[in-house]
Amino acid sequence: MDNNNSSQHISHKFDQEMESLRNKVLKMGGLVEQQIGGAVEALQSANAIGAEEIILRDHKVNSLEVLIDESCTQILARRQPAASDLRMVVAVIKTITDLERIGDEAEKIAKMALSLAEDDAGFNSRYAGIRHLGDHVKKMVHDVLDAYARQDVDAALQVVKDDDLADEEYHNLTRLLITFMMEDPRKISEVLDVLWAARALERIGDHAKNIGEYVIYLVKGKDIRHLDLDEVEKDMFS
Amino acid sequence: MSESIATKIDTSLLKTEAAVNESEICLEVKNLNLFYGESQALKNISFKMKKNKVTAFIGPSGCGKSTLLRCFNRLNDLVDSVRVEGEIILDNKNIYAPNVDVTSLRQRVGMVFQKPNPFPMSIFENVAYGLRLQGIKKRRVLEEKVEWALKGAALWEEVKDRLDESALGMSGGQQQRLVIARAIAIEPEIILLDEPASALDPISTLKIEELIYELKSKYTILIVTHNMQQAARVSDETAFMYMGEMIEFGNTNTIFTNPEKKQTEDYITGRYG
Repeated sequence: MDNNNSSQHISHKFDQEMESLRNKVLKMGGLVEQQIGGAVEALQSANAIGAEEIILRDHKVNSLEVLIDESCTQILARRQPAASDLRMVVAVIKTITDLERIGDEAEKIAKMALSLAEDDAGFNSRYAGIRHLGDHVKKMVHDVLDAYARQDVDAALQVVKDDDLADEEYHNLTRLLITFMMEDPRKISEVLDVLWAARALERIGDHAKNIGEYVIYLVKGKDIRHLDLDEVEKDMFS
Repeated sequence: MSESIATKIDTSLLKTEAAVNESEICLEVKNLNLFYGESQALKNISFKMKKNKVTAFIGPSGCGKSTLLRCFNRLNDLVDSVRVEGEIILDNKNIYAPNVDVTSLRQRVGMVFQKPNPFPMSIFENVAYGLRLQGIKKRRVLEEKVEWALKGAALWEEVKDRLDESALGMSGGQQQRLVIARAIAIEPEIILLDEPASALDPISTLKIEELIYELKSKYTILIVTHNMQQAARVSDETAFMYMGEMIEFGNTNTIFTNPEKKQTEDYITGRYG
């Protein structure tokens, strides 16, 4: 009974409620994606106004989380969903928590951008590695939302794997930033801002990975958290 | 963080429930008391019901929910020893006023019972029965209205080729929908449903529930049910009754997620002893 959420319930209202829930999650995901892109952009251009906008927009992400949570509670209380419907609601409740945290991380990056802009330090091209990391995790979030929308297990699993690359890039970037701090201690505060932003991006990768795991749970009914990925793959596609 | 919590959330996205508008009120119950001889079955019940909404009555056996439902079409009048005090206002008139014509009241307030009770006649005649009582004799008018009612009860597709067959040969779920068709054929304003799905299998139950959802655009629906999940699924408002009293009446979302009264909470969570 995979990918069966589109088939119809006897109650059309229930169908509408589930469809609306799905759309709200995608809307929240789209907004969060924009927030990451905007935050990394603001950081690179040390754009104070752009950063302020990101910070102000975070409340929209927060309210979508509250709204979707409320919808989930009502569906649980009134529809007593079972099987794939139940997994859908549970997966949504968990997904939006991660999406909201991604929003918070984007806000943190925007705050670092603001701090860089205020110090008049600007963005030094030697920090360009953060752009790679930013692009990578943004793509992870994009891909995982796409996997959620299409209930695509392969795509979701790919995002889970992609997190390793994000972690690796983060560690490389950390080493590089430490060398900059050692070279010129006057720049420590500036480099730390960049380091915090890199840390936030790495966390975004973790949240995208979590969402990928929820998508697999939603479609396959299997909880793959804390398991060996090779084993999971063998088990799932054998 | 210097920002207050209020700025962290965009409240415009969160809708708040509008207050009850007087023009949306369909029925109002005022200080209703009902006695079976010496014993009091309903104790001082007052509430207002909205038009085109489904109101569910839940509560343990003997709490008075069916008795209350039967007050709306004065079915309790048929029981000797019953005494009713208080008022039920429908269109600014008390239905218990002395000059009320009970037959025309029952045309406005249709009722469907727990066990489907089709008459031992054809499917067509079952639905046409109330119409004939109203004095409609033209075959064409009858046919139109029967078709309309069967479509309204989501039964037309299943029976259109066997309207002349006996209604007793239908399945339980079909019989119940036939009875609902018979009730809506005379175009009442209010439909009372007393455990309409308790004798049906889960799929037939869901079909009846879907029908209730569709019917509420035209009618105001009151449903008594033992099945709390059913109340949660179909109703807009829920009333919880216990020992003849209305303990809590409110929006179904609220009742099933965060009821005000401890008794309601205990009942819907299965803690009631």
